[in-house]
Amino acid sequence: MKSFAYVRAGSLAEAADAYASHPGARYLGGGTNLVDLMKLGVEQPTALIDVTRLPLDEVTELPDGSLRVGALVRNSDLAAHPRVRDRYPALSQALLAGASGQLRNAATTGGNLLQRTRCPYFQDVSKPCNKREPGSGCGAREGVHRDHAVLGYSERCIATHPSDMAVALAALDAQVELYGLAGVRRVHAADFHRLPGEHPERDTVVEPGELVTGVLLPSATAGLPSAYRKARDRASYAFALASVAVVLEVADGVVRHAGIAFGALAHRPWRARLAEEALVGAAPTAAAFERAVDLELSAARPLRDNAYKVPLARNLALDVLTRLARPGEDS
Amino acid sequence: MGSELGPAGGTAAPPPHRSDLTLRVNGKPHTLSVDHRRVLLDLLREDLDLTGAKKGCDHGQCGACTVLVDGRRVNSCLLFAVVLDGCDVTTVEGLSGDGEEPHPLQRAFLEHDAFQCGYCTPGQICSAVGAVAEAEAGHPSRVTDARAPSGPVPLSREEIRERLSGNLCRCGAYPRIVDAVEDVSR
Amino acid sequence: MTARVVGAPAERREGREKVTGTARYAAELPSLGRLFARPVPAAVARGRVTGVDVSDALALPGVVTVLTHENAPRLAEPDDPTLAVLQGPEVPHRGWFVALVVADSLEAARAGAAAVHVSYAAEPHDVTLSATHPDAYVPEEANGGYPAVREHGDPEDAFADAAVRVDVGYRVPPLHNHPMEPHASTAHWDGERLTVHTSSQGTTVVRAVLAGMFGLEEEQISVVAEHVGGGFGSKGTPRPDVVLAVMATRHTGRPVTVALPRRFLPAVVGHRAPTLHRLRLGADTDGRLTSLAHEVTTHTSRVKEFVEQAATPARVMYAVPHSRTVHRVVPLDVPTPSWMRAPGEAPGMYALESAVDELAEELGMDPVELRIRNEPETEPDTGRPFSSRGLVACLREGARRFGWAERDPRPRSRAEGPLLLGTGVAAATYPVLVWPSTAAAHALPDGTFLVETNATDIGTGARTVLAQIAADALAVPLERIRIRVGSTDLPSAPLAGGSSGTASWGWPVHEACTRLADRLTDFPGPVPEQGLVVHADTSGTADADSPYARHAFGAHFAEVAVDTVTGEVRVRRMLGVYAAGRILNSRTARSQFVGGMTMGLGMALTEGSTMDAAFGDFTESDLASYHVPAHADVPDIEAHWVEEDDPHLNPLGGKGIGEIGIVGTAAAVGNAVHHATGVRLRELPLTPDRVLAGLLEAGR
Repeated sequence: MKSFAYVRAGSLAEAADAYASHPGARYLGGGTNLVDLMKLGVEQPTALIDVTRLPLDEVTELPDGSLRVGALVRNSDLAAHPRVRDRYPALSQALLAGASGQLRNAATTGGNLLQRTRCPYFQDVSKPCNKREPGSGCGAREGVHRDHAVLGYSERCIATHPSDMAVALAALDAQVELYGLAGVRRVHAADFHRLPGEHPERDTVVEPGELVTGVLLPSATAGLPSAYRKARDRASYAFALASVAVVLEVADGVVRHAGIAFGALAHRPWRARLAEEALVGAAPTAAAFERAVDLELSAARPLRDNAYKVPLARNLALDVLTRLARPGEDS
Repeated sequence: MGSELGPAGGTAAPPPHRSDLTLRVNGKPHTLSVDHRRVLLDLLREDLDLTGAKKGCDHGQCGACTVLVDGRRVNSCLLFAVVLDGCDVTTVEGLSGDGEEPHPLQRAFLEHDAFQCGYCTPGQICSAVGAVAEAEAGHPSRVTDARAPSGPVPLSREEIRERLSGNLCRCGAYPRIVDAVEDVSR
Repeated sequence: MTARVVGAPAERREGREKVTGTARYAAELPSLGRLFARPVPAAVARGRVTGVDVSDALALPGVVTVLTHENAPRLAEPDDPTLAVLQGPEVPHRGWFVALVVADSLEAARAGAAAVHVSYAAEPHDVTLSATHPDAYVPEEANGGYPAVREHGDPEDAFADAAVRVDVGYRVPPLHNHPMEPHASTAHWDGERLTVHTSSQGTTVVRAVLAGMFGLEEEQISVVAEHVGGGFGSKGTPRPDVVLAVMATRHTGRPVTVALPRRFLPAVVGHRAPTLHRLRLGADTDGRLTSLAHEVTTHTSRVKEFVEQAATPARVMYAVPHSRTVHRVVPLDVPTPSWMRAPGEAPGMYALESAVDELAEELGMDPVELRIRNEPETEPDTGRPFSSRGLVACLREGARRFGWAERDPRPRSRAEGPLLLGTGVAAATYPVLVWPSTAAAHALPDGTFLVETNATDIGTGARTVLAQIAADALAVPLERIRIRVGSTDLPSAPLAGGSSGTASWGWPVHEACTRLADRLTDFPGPVPEQGLVVHADTSGTADADSPYARHAFGAHFAEVAVDTVTGEVRVRRMLGVYAAGRILNSRTARSQFVGGMTMGLGMALTEGSTMDAAFGDFTESDLASYHVPAHADVPDIEAHWVEEDDPHLNPLGGKGIGEIGIVGTAAAVGNAVHHATGVRLRELPLTPDRVLAGLLEAGR
């Protein structure tokens, strides 16, 4: 790890200024992923701008019924927040399905969104990786890729995004708030992460110097039945092999709203728009669910070693949809 | 540069960035000048000679380094020390306070033979202290019944297992660790 | 011996230090002026180092020196070539150490290692094991000195003639020991004396190896392993960390700690080699085995030959007139494999006990009964009588405790919603090993006793059980025994390995204490100021040939739930019953049995790494990707034992318990998965991708 300057930001403006005056700087939140990657030599910032003392650690209820989650709210606190548990159960469940108690106590909302892939070739600086070193090649493509993408990957990169939380945010129509020199902007959570395309080195739409300041959970999905389910190699403390977050509103025997997002299938949480469109207006039957999910997953192009992800994701989605469609259970 | 064995040639790089910080560790204040790259785990072990927190993986993947920072359990291997200026740190060495008697969880680990090689043990114990407090404060886990009333979460064996899953034990003392935590949280 | 303390659940003697964080491990010694060294692993799978540019590293503040093959001290050639680090430019596998950065802080060492630029002449490599690999050969012997091939009768013809046949293949992936404490050593010179603290299962050998490599007298060296954070075989002999630490302290004249980063371990401390098994079992319609063939293909490195002895348990387990057990090995450009808990037995019994389960299904016979029906009168391979053999008792006792009789034998007969439930059984065996050892027992004037032997407590509770043995031999309360272990300054003793430690060390402790008690009886007056001491040495007795076949046995029972939505398998309960001679401390013994079963659970469900064909390393090299079981994976586990009074072992009557817990566990879990689903999966671990694919393929 190279030596780096350290700046503790007292305000957003200070943070942005410090970033601008330190080429090669990175913002530091909980550090659970950044410190890990710095030790591996994957991240080599010249300076860390510590934003953990900014006043962004509150969950606030807004007049329209939405919730604003500060970027520095710790994962454990967000998962335990009564409003989140009550109105956005998929988010609480996703957070609690991730990492460990210790990591959730340190990891922040913003940092969770910005965590980087677990691809072993990305993490090993002695191997080629287009995400870490554009143009160096992809070690995973012909290498070991059981855990890699089946949707939306490119010739350059087959990595997946590891977050559980981000999958729930995508399904819940959350928005991510970004602060930069140009002001504040909001991005849909489902569009916050990118597909790799020609530029796998860019995980998200965040511009240099921009800081994630918060997440908005909309009133529209507040209180709707939602759930998150994840499959993994060990019963806890493991990244997803596949996961799904579902928000489902059924009224008068018809699906009124469906938000479905898959995790661990792609370079970003995979919002299943095709499946959602197929479901809205339909009766919530097993056949309708199967048709919708199959429609979405027909785009999957499994690699040599990860064909299992397609039926796994299918089973997860059907299971959660079926449970949510049954009133009185698992709301 | 350390010694006469240092560089014969080459351009010497500038000295590493350092900052002063003050920490309370197990109730005692410490003011130190630290290399920005120093993580809390290495500060405890190398600067303060508190080697109870262990380095099992150095990447937040095993939990052996678990300590309490401002009362919350965290992986000390993933925290740059400089970030923690003004924080209160409790390690396994400080759990019993000034007393001669071990903390009830330490006692329970002994009674239940909840360890073998002992390398994960300080982390397991600190993690358990944190987990018991979290449950008391009403924090749910993945296995907590969403329909249960809010308030303190009773620690069933399943709850203990899930909440301590961030602490690996290669000797396989898990069932007895659960016994020990169950004993104390009852 | 009048047993009063032996067998009792005495509390661990070092327990308080461990729970309060004051127990010190090899990298935890306060020392002013200590340096920290970090190795640089090779980034090619095969080739030569053509240049090492250390200028950037040396320019970094805090970096003291960089050792490479060009400037490192020349060492005498070790017996174990994996220890010949920095002695030449050859790179035999990816991850082999090619440089060592020595610095005045951990941070500087890490930065320095990243700044070392190594250039290589890479050569084509081959790391892919297959049973048909053209370089496969039958070695002279497998690990442990077992002959590679044993054949009785005509197994081919007998198999062809068998009424019922099973012909199946199993795969066990590379597995990694990953003790919680990564390998670490601290070395320093004091005048002409070298002191080394190292995380090792046995320092006697460490000292001998260092003396040989560095041209020192053993008397000049002290090697200490006070507390050791697990080993499971990977610390059985010295590993490169200790050689590098001594090299660096000799080069710099200052104390040096080498603590290996977790990610480096898979390449340099040994691993359980992958094994490909072919099992052919033939039986008559009554279930009596007529033919057994177990053929194993495994890999080794180009550095040295290590052959996982996975076909050996088939030489012990069942009565069968025609048999063939064969080991074949393929040298590849891979890291060197070594011991991991129950080498041979763990993967071998997974395959054998899975095949026996398949045979039971073919026969329509209860798998417990099938095993009992094939119980041999004498050891099948040698014809020697067993010193004792408790397998049937373990199977019966386990079946009773587990509720086996209520089991519906039909696969896929129990479900809870989307979960399929099943139960499985497998047998276990592990040989009785014991090595000569020495010990000293002192009577002190204050009425206490000091017992000394260079045993190593790697978490087994060695101090505790040796104190129990001493207390009984001296007929005094446990509190009056002090015990010193873990240093070569103490009477020489063998390693903690092969489930042999307690028998090997306990024997001379027992002998010394018994003779000391006799001397005290005869001694006129009080114990003199300087105390009384008795030394014991079991050379010639402990290693004397026995006319008996000596093995521990056990039976494992497991219940699993298989989630048909995800393919996730969770163990609901697990139970082991062991016949391992006399159990000397019921408390620590239970912990070891349960610990072994937990590692077996990992072998069954979560553990395994992949050899990357392109890069030549194990892809899952850290604890986030190599999944050792976590708390949530491990249910309540029961361990029981049947009483065995075996007079043909050692004065203590114990058979060793450190490894048998892992043997057979994976088969019991795999057999339970088959019972739950009706699907037979023959490659470990049983991760969701494999299980789900298996369920889908079977149309389930």
